[in-house]
Amino acid sequence: MPAGSQPAFSMRRSLFRKNLVTALLLAPAALWLVVFLVLPFVAIAIFSVGERAPEGGYQAALTLAQYANLPARATAFWNTIVLAPAGALACLLVAYPVAYYLALRAPQRWRLILLALIVIPFWTSLLMRTYAWMYILGGRGIPALLAYVGIEDLRLINTPGAVLLGIVYGYLPLMILPIYVSLERLDRRLLEASADLGATPLATFLGVTLRLSLPGVMTGFSLVMILLLGEYLIPTLLGGGKVFFIGNALVDLFLQSRNWPFGSAIAITLVLVSVVVLIVANRISTRLSGARRVDLI
Amino acid sequence: MPKSYRDGLPITPDKFVDQLMRLKRGSISRRDFLGLTGLGVATAVMARELGIMPTPAYAAENLGDRMSIATWPNYHDPQTFENFKAETGVAVEVNVFGSNEEMLAKLQAGGSGWSLFVPTNYTISTYKKLGIIEPLDMAKLANFDGKSEDARFTAEGTIDGTIYAVPKNWGTTGFAVNTKKLAKPMSSWKEFWDTAMAEADGRTMVHDYQLTTIGNALKYYGYSFNSLKQDELAKAEELLLKVKPHLFAVSSDYQPGMRAGDAWMTMCWTNDGAQLHRDIPEITYVLGKEGGEIWTDFYAIPKDAPNKPAGYALLNYLMNPRVAVKEHLANGAPCTDARVNALLPKEVLDNPILYPAADLLKPLEFGAAATLTDPGRAELMARFKSA
Repeated sequence: MPAGSQPAFSMRRSLFRKNLVTALLLAPAALWLVVFLVLPFVAIAIFSVGERAPEGGYQAALTLAQYANLPARATAFWNTIVLAPAGALACLLVAYPVAYYLALRAPQRWRLILLALIVIPFWTSLLMRTYAWMYILGGRGIPALLAYVGIEDLRLINTPGAVLLGIVYGYLPLMILPIYVSLERLDRRLLEASADLGATPLATFLGVTLRLSLPGVMTGFSLVMILLLGEYLIPTLLGGGKVFFIGNALVDLFLQSRNWPFGSAIAITLVLVSVVVLIVANRISTRLSGARRVDLI
Repeated sequence: MPKSYRDGLPITPDKFVDQLMRLKRGSISRRDFLGLTGLGVATAVMARELGIMPTPAYAAENLGDRMSIATWPNYHDPQTFENFKAETGVAVEVNVFGSNEEMLAKLQAGGSGWSLFVPTNYTISTYKKLGIIEPLDMAKLANFDGKSEDARFTAEGTIDGTIYAVPKNWGTTGFAVNTKKLAKPMSSWKEFWDTAMAEADGRTMVHDYQLTTIGNALKYYGYSFNSLKQDELAKAEELLLKVKPHLFAVSSDYQPGMRAGDAWMTMCWTNDGAQLHRDIPEITYVLGKEGGEIWTDFYAIPKDAPNKPAGYALLNYLMNPRVAVKEHLANGAPCTDARVNALLPKEVLDNPILYPAADLLKPLEFGAAATLTDPGRAELMARFKSA
């Protein structure tokens, strides 16, 4: 027996063991994804080429009729495509100054506490927090207070403004945190260099700070926007069921008209739209961060 | 609200480890350990399930400790379920729905987890056809007395001589008006819709429910509440789309909005109308003189009910006239059971919200089964909501 075969064999064995360990460690996640993502997706894809049974539900068929019927929900798609970026933009406008203050202005010892204050509301479910807004904006909340100072019959709840408020409130931390992270890593010497070279504070902000935090902005923006593409809860509770997102159309198709095939076709389309949004956001973000690699040392 | 998974455990994980360590140290016996940790009971249950030990004949005793019911908003006296729990040890989880469609959808998908639910008259034939509900075992419902029920309201619970559902109460669908905000007297659906676009702009609610919202829009033109005719539905859609921008909300949970004063007028079921008027006298209940809906809500048990013994036990409990009378005082809808009516105070029986005049009742229609599954009405509702 050649002398070298023993270590080689044991090396192979240790490699095999390593692979086995890796496979075992990945197995739960892989199983989870297959059972709760891949299989349901396949089921939905199969439903989407079927027909609605006479009493509702699904009946086997092979047709693209459901996809041909997509224009019947054009308004819902349109509302979503307009309101999701608008909601994300509103979130961004509120979140950026907060993240900027936290990362660059707040005293070091306060920073952790302030960050915690932003994250803590996340410990309560979105449903609860949105319900709370129903009472704050409802007739016995702010309007009742305003009635004391003579402003009567003001209606805040079930308005587009209430929906926007709910969206900004609900998703703000998801926007603040990535921007905070990208601003926190900002090399302050770049700001000094910019000032030394004669840039005004505004020019420094636009040319250096904002530009270098764009990857964080893009992450936050796409995160919030993807969630808004499937939004259902906030328009129902704060919009009085009058603002109809594609998420609301989906819920109705499954829970009211019980048209599973059409609902499935819309779900597949929504997933595709979300993927496209992610790819575009990713492209923009890589292109922007391509110009970011600036090393001073 | 679902409770924590820990509620059903006989012992907390910490205490369990505590006892386990004591057992290892030998400071308690194995028998005590099994008793303290609940493992003894678990073993006994397992043994019975596996047929090792005989099942006790008194199955009624084995009700478990929880069950789930699907019903409507503001529909029960919460005390009823507390009392039931005190008597039987079974905690009742209450799921609230806004439409029969939604209940049907959950049951069709399977695994709803309900052991009792409250479908409306016109849906029962569909449930039976789909094989979702079970014929009721009347031997387990000793408190139900078919002879004391008003047959006008109970017919749809019985199909081909088999009882699939027993009635809870009946009622009508009209609209509630806050007369402090809208002083002009109203008596018709035409006035309801016209006012929604004028004085009650931004203050009117309609149900998130195709049957009543489309049905009452059909009544604007005097068509049947249950119409499936293309041209009539097209007219109803035209009206609904015109009204949509003026609405406060499309929702079947309208009491919070009416009570807070955000909404001044809403489509409304008898029981909600009675509750609102009882608490806020300026809110009145109006039946459209063109007609509209009359309904009966029933109790039924899903075939896949996870806890049928408890479902039957609660149903039997609710059929006890002494329990039912409290339910009716809280809920406000008129009862189908003469035994309960005999126990109700006179002012309830004289309440015109509950018992409208005969000429107002006459044009009302029971919902038709076909509207539940008609794709045309479902799509119309979707177009209205997304507009």
